[in-house]
Amino acid sequence: MKRGAAMWSGLLLAALMTLPPLAHAGLEPLPFEDQTQAVRYQRLLAELRCTVCQNESLAESKAELARDMRLRIFEMMREGKSDQEIRDFLVARYGDFVLYRPPFQRNTWVLWLAPGAIVLLGASALALVVRRRARGLAPDEDGVEDER
Amino acid sequence: MWRYWLPLTALLALGALLYSGIGRDPSVLPSPLIGKPTPAFELPLLEAPERRIARDDLLGAPYLLNVFASWCATCQLEHPVLKAFADSGQVRIVGLNWKDTPDAAKRWLSRHGNPYALVLVDEVGGVGIDLGVYGTPESFLIDADGVIRWKHVGELTPAIIDRDLKPLLAALDGGPRR
Repeated sequence: MKRGAAMWSGLLLAALMTLPPLAHAGLEPLPFEDQTQAVRYQRLLAELRCTVCQNESLAESKAELARDMRLRIFEMMREGKSDQEIRDFLVARYGDFVLYRPPFQRNTWVLWLAPGAIVLLGASALALVVRRRARGLAPDEDGVEDER
Repeated sequence: MWRYWLPLTALLALGALLYSGIGRDPSVLPSPLIGKPTPAFELPLLEAPERRIARDDLLGAPYLLNVFASWCATCQLEHPVLKAFADSGQVRIVGLNWKDTPDAAKRWLSRHGNPYALVLVDEVGGVGIDLGVYGTPESFLIDADGVIRWKHVGELTPAIIDRDLKPLLAALDGGPRR
């Protein structure tokens, strides 16, 4: 009986976990003009960082400041501001930090280029080792024969 | 030989990089507003809401703009330090009561003392957004021309005041009462 209950609650939990995340349910409902505007709003928010809870985007955060920022963004959208204008507005106040996709500039080029450089470095090291081994194989075979 | 030196150098470089990050507070963001004019505002006074103070009304002498709220626990910790600094008369301190209710703010100030020359009320938090405020308390040093010279996020301590604020104030000609 007890085991059955545990199994059912386990199943229920598993079923709940397959549901889509309810994060958006936390966002305040806004009077969007149409679906396009709603999608644009969501997309813009997902690219902006909440400055209080730094690992959340404005689309996810439940912080009050994030709510204020969302409302300001919506207001600006209604005023006909472009995404870039809204981004610039936030960057002017909070710095590049609010952008999840930082611009390519003097203090970010390392950030942008490092992953590629590391992959390139690793690939060339790998190539070097593989080639050396391939070359080394012949003398090794000789060595094996010598031992026999 | 490089086979041994290369990984070792790489390891040391990585170690140095990671070590340099220790002790840094990632929640402190550099403000892009330093060196820029204070964003325009016009806010009611806490004690006399019918009077509104605009940014340009505060020009002429440097001031420390301190963002606080009665719901902010760190503000309470900071408060005695701010009070002592205000009493030393080195600079006028303007309070920005942020996302608070005027009643709660008044009660809070009468309980803990009032270090502010005047208190501006930003109940909705719009001016806070214009100033890039993301955590209270925050303090801005604004010069006589209305340019933001310095910003501190979090509690002001005597050490920070001595190390950062006082030299800056001296450079700004010490404020009006010195």
